[in-house]
Amino acid sequence: MSDTSIPKSAVQDAAPVRPRWKTILLRPEAMTFVLLILATLGASLLSPFFADIAYILESFTYYSEYAIVGLVLTLVIISGEIDLSGAAMMALSACLFGITYQAGYPISVAILVSLISGVAMGWFNAILVIRFKLPSIIVTIGTLTLFRGIAQVIAGDRSISKFPSWFVGIDYQYVLNLPIPVIVFCVVALALGVILGGTVLGRQIYQIGTSAIAAQHAGIRVNRIKTGLFIGMGVASSVAGLLTASRLASVRYDLASGAELQMVLIVMLGGTYIFGGRGSIIGTFLAAWLLVIIATGMTVANIPINAQLTVLGLLLIISIIATNIIYSRTQR
Amino acid sequence: MPVSDTPVLSARGISKQFGGVEVLSDVDLDLSAGEIHALLGENGAGKSTFAKILSGVHRPTRGTLALNGNPVEVPNPIAAQNLGITLIHQEPISFPDMSVTENLVLGRHDGALLGRVPWAQMERNANELMDMLRVSIDVTKPMRGLSIADQQMVEIARALASDSRLIIMDEPTAPLTPKEVETLFSIARRLRDQGRTIIFISHRLEEVQALCDRATIFRDGHLVETANVADLSDEDIIRLMIGRPLKEMMHRSGAKIGDVALEVRELSLPGKFHDISFTVRHGEIVGLAGLVGAGRTDVARAVFGVAPAASGSIAVKGKTVEIADPSDAIELGLAFVPEDRAVAGIFGTLPVDQNITAAVPGKIAPHGFIRSAIERALAEKSVKDLRIRLAALRQPIGELSGGNQQKSILARWLHTDPDILILDEPTRGIDIGVKAEFYDMIGTLAANGRGVLLISSELPELLYLCDRILVMSEGELTADIAGDEATQESVMRAAVPTKGKHGTGGSPPEHNEVAL
Repeated sequence: MSDTSIPKSAVQDAAPVRPRWKTILLRPEAMTFVLLILATLGASLLSPFFADIAYILESFTYYSEYAIVGLVLTLVIISGEIDLSGAAMMALSACLFGITYQAGYPISVAILVSLISGVAMGWFNAILVIRFKLPSIIVTIGTLTLFRGIAQVIAGDRSISKFPSWFVGIDYQYVLNLPIPVIVFCVVALALGVILGGTVLGRQIYQIGTSAIAAQHAGIRVNRIKTGLFIGMGVASSVAGLLTASRLASVRYDLASGAELQMVLIVMLGGTYIFGGRGSIIGTFLAAWLLVIIATGMTVANIPINAQLTVLGLLLIISIIATNIIYSRTQR
Repeated sequence: MPVSDTPVLSARGISKQFGGVEVLSDVDLDLSAGEIHALLGENGAGKSTFAKILSGVHRPTRGTLALNGNPVEVPNPIAAQNLGITLIHQEPISFPDMSVTENLVLGRHDGALLGRVPWAQMERNANELMDMLRVSIDVTKPMRGLSIADQQMVEIARALASDSRLIIMDEPTAPLTPKEVETLFSIARRLRDQGRTIIFISHRLEEVQALCDRATIFRDGHLVETANVADLSDEDIIRLMIGRPLKEMMHRSGAKIGDVALEVRELSLPGKFHDISFTVRHGEIVGLAGLVGAGRTDVARAVFGVAPAASGSIAVKGKTVEIADPSDAIELGLAFVPEDRAVAGIFGTLPVDQNITAAVPGKIAPHGFIRSAIERALAEKSVKDLRIRLAALRQPIGELSGGNQQKSILARWLHTDPDILILDEPTRGIDIGVKAEFYDMIGTLAANGRGVLLISSELPELLYLCDRILVMSEGELTADIAGDEATQESVMRAAVPTKGKHGTGGSPPEHNEVAL
């Protein structure tokens, strides 16, 4: 009977609109913001040493690498895909950087190799997801294992170090009293925020995530944009890998081991919808700070490291539930 | 005619509503033992719904059923099976990795839950059933390896296993080869001769004439006629199937028709459509009629680049073009309102204005950045021009009614200023009042010199609007009829596969008037 042209018996009038202030308050970033304030207050109460801006900034440099990848991951998730291979791409691109430098090439060449490898790895993910129409969660679980495996093969178990001193310690280089990794994070956030919120590309990312089929029918180049996003993930990961190499003054195949979960955590905490179509860069931006404050708050409050993981896990689950509740409410 | 006095099954006043819409009203029908009874009708006329009510898939909103004179309730398919009523699906629903035997006894275990399964006994029974049907199917093999025809045989064997007295076959011949159809027919005749009753649903009048004793014709949810097949000609059946007029609409007088806007040459996509050629001129509304599954939507999707054809060519305004993606089609001045609005049309959770401007990024963002003032102005103009009813532009489009969603999608394409519009069932699921608005809009589009390809399952709509009607049947173009010459009969005759494609008799070859 599916083809009967069923006349809808009653003319349905458009439902009343929610007032604008309510729409804003119901955005999940609002939740992230409130949590950020609560966490800051809570941590300050737990320890008087906490409310030291320099200390927070220093702590942030440890997380900034994941947070930078998380910004691009936000776009990937809004477009309806996911990329779990970020941490492995950091490791492999950083190892390629280290090996190239060790082989006697200038550091600029080594950096270029790392960036190109980022493009190649992102492109590889994109091919598997788009050309072969495979689910990105499985593809990137596969490639996260593959990329880290390759890193282990080419770099072995040793650390690659002895980088020139100007390259090392980027987290202690300050511009405008801010550590460089923090600056990089803020600049990337600003750029992606403008793209997502203000340009046609950003609009189309939301549209693809809302309905890829409708987007294709509207003439949006879905595959091209998704490919671009996966490559963006690769490049962001290789930049993050370089920042990590500089901060640690060495690279190993297990660099950023397990960090894919923290990347996803940051994006989810920022209120991005795991099924795509909704989310924001400002949310991810706030969530990165929230994560740092919770983590350092726990440290200054002497919560043991092994308990901190439990807290992060709970946080991830709570943020996903909260986002889903908020979205299902606005969905009606 | 082996028609006995007490009906095996009698339906009285059977009605069914879906969401307030009556799709079947007051059907009275008596089925006799030992007859093969055809149910005929257009798509959505109610024949399948009726069959599903008999077999317990749907429950009637009103009305009663009686088996051999005793009133019965058929709340679900299992109950139907226990009453001796079996529905055989076109594509048999089975468990592909289980053996034929296992499939035969599905849902009929009568032992204890953890009791021993009497495999040897079951296999013997299965073999007996196959012998009875005179088919050679290895009952120990998994269903997966069987042809569709053999799978149907297993379904029929299942009906026999539960000693069904009433077997309903819903378009069983569609996936079969001519030889398989013959086998099916001989089995059906044998079952009839055993005194069983068979309901045969088919679009192929040819097969109805060859097989059935009586036929019942549905139209718009009503039973319009039950008669002996011998007394009905194909012409009679077609007339009864479409015989409205629902409301007499005058054929719209054509706008001035210009040059060829779109030309499609020998377009083929294996399994979907074959060798499709037609033209659409500026100012012309070309209808594309056909039964569901005839391949109309596939042709539209191919032309628009959603699922490109394997061979053939497309020319826009006289120039052969390559359309590999909808973005190519849009650049060439094509627009496509898809059939499945909820999936392929709207972005349900996004605001109305963003939905309306989705195909014109260049207009709302002249320098790369979206100017919300421009966007709002474009959307407001559409809301006013097309009388879209909404509370606010920032409202999610999913909150609007179907008609207003469809208007928004049409608005999206009007902003691209297309030369050629492909509208796939644009008025499906839309209120009658809004439908009339759409007819006006489509007429205006053509009057403004745009070419329109209108796919519709509603014949009055096509007859009213179109300058020319193309008809597709089973993936092929079977007719090209001028609008003022087209009648419901001529369109339906081309749409219903009556050709002796399956070698089940010799109907005269007719009406292949594909003209270009």
